[in-house]
Amino acid sequence: MAAERELLRIATAGSVDDGKSTLIGRLLLDAKGLYDDHAEALAPEDLANVTDGLRAEREQGITIDVAYRYFATPRRSFIIADTPGHLRYTRNMVTGASTAALSLLLIDARTGVVEQTRRHAYLSSLLGIRNLVACVNKMDLVGWDEDRYRELEADFLAVVAELDVPAARAIPVSALAGDNVVDAGTHSPWYDGPSLLTHLEEVDVTAGRNLDDLRLPVQWVVRPSGGPHADYRGFAGQLAGGVLHPGDEVVVLPAGSRTRVARIDTYDGPVDEAFPPMSVTVVLEDDLDVGRGALIAGVDRPPVAARELEATVCWMVERPLQAGQRYLLKHTTNTVRATVEKIHARIDIDRYEGQDTDTLELNDIGRVTLRTSGPVMADPYTSNRPTGAFILVDETTHDTAGGGMIRATAEGETVATKRSPGVTWHRGTLAREDRWDALEHGGATIWFTGLPASGKSTIAAALERELLARDRHAYLIDGDNVRHGLSGDLGFDAGDRSENVRRVAHVARLFADAGTLALVSLVSPARADRENARRLHDAADLAFLEVFVDTPVEECARRDPKGLYAQARQGRLSGLTGRDAPYEAPAEPDVVIRTQDESVDAAVHRLLALLADRDL
Amino acid sequence: MTAADRQRLSHLGVLEAEAIHVMREVASEFERPVLLFSGGKDSIVLLRLAEKAFRPARFPFPVMHVDTGHNFPEVLEFRDRRVLELGEELIVASVQESIDTGRAQELPGEPSRNRLQTVTLLDAFTRHRFDAALGGARRDEERARAKERVLSFRDTLGQWDPRAQRPELWNLYNAFVHRGESVRAFPISNWTELDVWRYIEAEDLEIPSIYFAHRRPVFDRDGLLLAVSRFLPQEDGEATIERSVRYRTVGDMTVTGAVESTAATIEEVIAETEVTRVSERGQTRGDDRASEAAMEDRKREGYF
Repeated sequence: MAAERELLRIATAGSVDDGKSTLIGRLLLDAKGLYDDHAEALAPEDLANVTDGLRAEREQGITIDVAYRYFATPRRSFIIADTPGHLRYTRNMVTGASTAALSLLLIDARTGVVEQTRRHAYLSSLLGIRNLVACVNKMDLVGWDEDRYRELEADFLAVVAELDVPAARAIPVSALAGDNVVDAGTHSPWYDGPSLLTHLEEVDVTAGRNLDDLRLPVQWVVRPSGGPHADYRGFAGQLAGGVLHPGDEVVVLPAGSRTRVARIDTYDGPVDEAFPPMSVTVVLEDDLDVGRGALIAGVDRPPVAARELEATVCWMVERPLQAGQRYLLKHTTNTVRATVEKIHARIDIDRYEGQDTDTLELNDIGRVTLRTSGPVMADPYTSNRPTGAFILVDETTHDTAGGGMIRATAEGETVATKRSPGVTWHRGTLAREDRWDALEHGGATIWFTGLPASGKSTIAAALERELLARDRHAYLIDGDNVRHGLSGDLGFDAGDRSENVRRVAHVARLFADAGTLALVSLVSPARADRENARRLHDAADLAFLEVFVDTPVEECARRDPKGLYAQARQGRLSGLTGRDAPYEAPAEPDVVIRTQDESVDAAVHRLLALLADRDL
Repeated sequence: MTAADRQRLSHLGVLEAEAIHVMREVASEFERPVLLFSGGKDSIVLLRLAEKAFRPARFPFPVMHVDTGHNFPEVLEFRDRRVLELGEELIVASVQESIDTGRAQELPGEPSRNRLQTVTLLDAFTRHRFDAALGGARRDEERARAKERVLSFRDTLGQWDPRAQRPELWNLYNAFVHRGESVRAFPISNWTELDVWRYIEAEDLEIPSIYFAHRRPVFDRDGLLLAVSRFLPQEDGEATIERSVRYRTVGDMTVTGAVESTAATIEEVIAETEVTRVSERGQTRGDDRASEAAMEDRKREGYF
């Protein structure tokens, strides 16, 4: 590139009265970022009108959205995201601040630091902006009183001290007269700092950029169809963190495969180095199946593939956010579904305090926990903005419902790692999709629950036969058989029964992950155990169907193929489910089979139809 | 120089990386995108950015020109040659055809076909089932554009509602649309006119000859220097004069004004642009000058 001028993105927020629009108008006019025909359409003193774009807004006399302004000096180009400052425009301020490296605040010298000042400072800090500048405006109206300025400067720095902002400063200005905006004014000999523009030209534009941890979200696969480059496979994306070189060892997430970078391509030829925010195309040494949404990361500190996110969210639509709701979550180039697990608190952004709540309304900011349907390769927002940010999209209206900043992440394997917290999940080098594609079908678990002798195994075995006849991998995991080996060490008290169900649930999940339809036939009397089995599958993004084989205990006792009920009657067996041990029937099974009303054949065909229905 | 000092992009480098990112997002998230190419400088930049985003593969979308029929011949010749060089597919959506089939009506006293382009564009969207159009609009062009999103949502009638725009955070673009809805995507939203010229210089891009000073018969109408052409009858008192002019924008000949200039090279064009005090639309777009809110009205109706 010929010009070595840098780009600084600025966010500014303010209300009608504090002179923000006048200040921007002044900056644009004096730095010659404003064309005469844009200025002359309006009254000459009213610099503010320059920045009020839309007709509705001009009529109301307020800025209601985010407007982007552009100007340049020989040293830098500037983009100003200009937003209104009122509480009900919090979402606009958050939007404007999301891409900014510097935040410009206005303090009216007459009224001093007000709630709005605290709000802007907080939002800037929340959005990860490292540079804050407060223009103490209308100094001409307080007679350029140095004491007044020093008082306000101290007030402002006290606000900043409560926040996480590395660089903050104040500048005394008069936007209307122009003092200290572009050029030093004549009215403030006691001020020896830079003018606003000089400060904007000198501040570090790349502050906060993470050059340590490689993050390249795969956006697009460059794959020519035919021609001289038919074998080319390039993984294109914009660097979100770290520095990349040819030969670097990388890990591709969530698959976990390791490989090396063969080449970093651009249209202008291969490069020796890539860094944020470059858009590049990477060629890997090994032929891996990498698609959009994958993340190429450094091997030293890769992010976790999280299924649980704790985040600060700014809510942007009328429909309030509540626990249990589902949204689409877009993070880097990866979109998953997210369920709101819990809303912890709403943040009072004027007082910086959390308040208990179970809903977030439009313009609220709050802390939430989200559970996702697929892995999210996330970092905390404070360590890297591009991989710590996400948006939530309403599945019905497609509105952008919220913006989120990740605070912490957890993997979904909470059940399995309960007793062995130090054990990490080994990801096979093949992705599940690879296995399923090879089999030409996916896996799932069908869980038959019911009293002993209710007919579970009979139906499950018949279903297994039908599936195999249709070239579908299926495997019957029978509760009795498991007891001979895997659970041979377990008895029949409540704790051991629960442990048996847990083991079977894990085995079924592995079968399903491998691409098999796991048919589990197990009394599994406790509802909580079955729910755990379901959660285990949910967390792995695997389908789980609960089939309740509903046969009255009298009928089971009449059939009694293994003589269990007879033994219990004779006092030779205790703890038989349905007789002297409780059975908790499913509250919301996916399928109910009443064996007294429905033949085995009919039940099997109903299950086959249901599987087809759900694309399983 | 430390590594961190070296690992910085110039502002044009940042804008280019951002535009490539937007193009790849649109290509990934929409089923049938299209790139709008007029032969003008902004869309010439878009074509180069598309090469940067997708080569060595072909573009994952066709290129479309909404042809008003009121063209500068130099621009049409350039359009066809450029697309041929790229080896990409060109669709021409014709305003003349919209008029001939009764879809669009010319009004007396309105020689410009800019308004009619809307009909042609929306019909092409329906015919080709496009759900996204990449365009070269910039936010610095005029005030209504300053608030438009990079991905600008249009309803089933192709209309823009400035009050119902989706918040656009970070570089996370919400590309979800229902059937029949669409977006206009503007990868160079954050570029200024000077950025475009400087990029053309840095990339050594060919542009139609009318962007450089040439002698041309023109006439003065309300302060605009309009080209003498068969599309636009001159009125009494509008005498033909020959001037050394160049164009800052190319569009419908009947409303696109020329500026007096002797800039024969890209460096000279940049030097003139750096010191101009009038925006390109103010100087050269007759239809936008008609009213303060002209552009906003056209966009609400579905104009690009």
